[in-house]
Amino acid sequence: MRKTIFKGTALPLLLLAPQLVITAIFFLWPAGAAIWQSLLQEDPWGTRSEFVGLRNFAEVLAEPEWRGAAWNTLLFSTSVAVLAMGTALFLAVQADKSIRGANLYRTLLIWPYAVAPAVAAVLWLFLFHPSIGLVGRALNQAGLAWDYKLNGNQAMLLVIVAAAWKQVSYNFIFFLAGLQSIPRAVLEAAAIDGAKPVRRFWTIILPLLSPTAFFLLVVNLVYAFFDTFGVIHALTGGGPGKATETLIYKVYVEGVQNVNLGSSSAQSVILMVLVIALTAVQFRFIERKVHY
Amino acid sequence: MRRRFLAQASLAAAAIAATRSRPAAAQAPVEIQFWHGLPQPLGGQLEQIVAGFNASQAGVKVVPSFRGSYPETMVAAIAAFRANAAPHVVQMFEVGTGTMMAAGRAVKPVHELLSEAGVTIDFNDYLPAVRGYYQASDGRQMSMPFNSSTAVMWYNKDHFKRAGLNPEAPPKTWEEVAEALKKLKAAGIASPMTTSWPAWIQVEQVSAIHNVPLASLGNGFDGLGATMQVNNPLMVRHMNNLIAWQRDGLFKYGGRDNAPDALFPAGEVSIAMASSGLRSRITREARFEWGTAMLPYYGDVAGAPHNSIIGGASFWALNRGPQGGRNAAEWKGVAEFYRYLSNPEIDAKWHMETGYVPVRRASYQVAKSAGFYEKNPGSDVPIEQLLRGGEMTPNTRGIRLGGYVEIRNIVQEEMEKSFQGQQNGQQAMDAVVQRGNAVLRNFERQNRG
Repeated sequence: MRKTIFKGTALPLLLLAPQLVITAIFFLWPAGAAIWQSLLQEDPWGTRSEFVGLRNFAEVLAEPEWRGAAWNTLLFSTSVAVLAMGTALFLAVQADKSIRGANLYRTLLIWPYAVAPAVAAVLWLFLFHPSIGLVGRALNQAGLAWDYKLNGNQAMLLVIVAAAWKQVSYNFIFFLAGLQSIPRAVLEAAAIDGAKPVRRFWTIILPLLSPTAFFLLVVNLVYAFFDTFGVIHALTGGGPGKATETLIYKVYVEGVQNVNLGSSSAQSVILMVLVIALTAVQFRFIERKVHY
Repeated sequence: MRRRFLAQASLAAAAIAATRSRPAAAQAPVEIQFWHGLPQPLGGQLEQIVAGFNASQAGVKVVPSFRGSYPETMVAAIAAFRANAAPHVVQMFEVGTGTMMAAGRAVKPVHELLSEAGVTIDFNDYLPAVRGYYQASDGRQMSMPFNSSTAVMWYNKDHFKRAGLNPEAPPKTWEEVAEALKKLKAAGIASPMTTSWPAWIQVEQVSAIHNVPLASLGNGFDGLGATMQVNNPLMVRHMNNLIAWQRDGLFKYGGRDNAPDALFPAGEVSIAMASSGLRSRITREARFEWGTAMLPYYGDVAGAPHNSIIGGASFWALNRGPQGGRNAAEWKGVAEFYRYLSNPEIDAKWHMETGYVPVRRASYQVAKSAGFYEKNPGSDVPIEQLLRGGEMTPNTRGIRLGGYVEIRNIVQEEMEKSFQGQQNGQQAMDAVVQRGNAVLRNFERQNRG
């Protein structure tokens, strides 16, 4: 790659300016405001404000509801990542084979990624709602007591599947690209040496895919942490009870529904620390392994 | 390219400047921003009333604007206030009343607004259950009552006939309801009963109808120090009944808020407790004979039934921001708008078109003399139920608790846990008291001094 050298600093700064301004306005400013707000106790109208130090954090961490949400988030994120990546890998391996109409399958598999989370959730609602859903009704008629509005485990299962379904496409694209970059010669050599497809997959394909897989793992965890609000909001609203309330959903409930800005900000600051930690992990471990 | 962009930008800036300067021109009407939370078709009907007001005079122009659901409207108004851009009038659901009452200088109380503007509205003619909900503890009117509903019992007459029940004599007490549910179940109805708004109907209404406190200090009317009191024998008994009926398939939990509304018009359930505002939807969708009845009560509770409480929303006048920033002409405009809304003809029209209750006795008379209740049998049940039981008591005025949006969700969550079989009625109500008190103390701390 050819390096471009600018004379002086004015032009480079000018070219960087839009990105810097956007970062400042849409990240630094709100993040700073959240940190400041997390140290305050205020009435909803902001007319009475008091500095309380770290009390909001202490109260959040002491709440059994917050720990419940943290546990839900762990279960939810891990399941979504495993399910979305496993399915995507399986589909990518199948689509990588030379079959008739492979391009059509690929396009169809990438499609769900274009669906907005709330719309995806409504699709799943119309499938699995116990009294109006196609599949939901069928399950009940088959004698299975399916009612995710009342059964917490079923609700969790449903939001996991819906959230994973949306992410499969994204993973699929990356896995497919990863598969196609594996040198054919290596695979053919292994085949000549008598390695069966399953053995070729485990000993050649999977190790060579591991940088992609690790990158996807981090992306999927971040997705499950932060981008699944729409799915949960439209499907279960965090219920029944608090069975599907994740940390990000709790931030919304506390801040937007209950107008409890101090506590909500403290929770979002905790989440911000978590995502910074996740990103650090990504850079520390992935930069080494991925070959651009 | 860039020059064209600059030209467009300066044009846009000029346009903005032009619109800004227009109200300053002589004789222009005072603009009143009005945010509401009613989706279609109700929102359109409300905006027609506003249009009627604007056409009735030239000095004030009310600009209505739909801001999403009630909770979204509430949050939008709060955020706008913090940014010094609050609307003059915001429609706030009854659950937010406690938060509004404690809002201090954010709110302009109606009594103050009217007396400064020299406008009088006869609040004594308003239904006590409506007016009382929005009054300070000393009886002064804090917000302007408008769209009010209450909960009633809708029942499927076809199902009643099939089960051998008299379709013209719906059950009056919970004991009779239980008997009816068993017969309906025996007649092959899979889930005979459901309830919308579980917290509002099965906890708040049940408490009021039996004159049992939901919280201390008159359900919070007398101060921010109130504590939850729902773990009383009556509520525990009622919860245990619901849990047992749900286990036996007599009662179907259909979800939070208005999610179960669809079950009754679809003919799935025989008895649905839901808002009186469901009437227009049932009329439109139900393919069977149906009736309206009052909410049931326990026959062995002395003094029951008392009046039910209201739901719906009222109008609050807001300051522009923390520094105030409204002039007398704007407040006068709001007062004129309120005067128009209090007109019994307007109120009666709203009632007959929408299924909300008339908020004034005079409007009730207007609807009566128009023959509305002969043509629509049962549509007076909500009003009669609000007037049931004579004088209101501190337990039947309504709820005035800060952070009540959150407490209602807590109630729904604990009910859901009970229906999953995780806890009994006593445990559920104890949990509501404990978690609800944490919310109340937090609100008290935020709003002291």
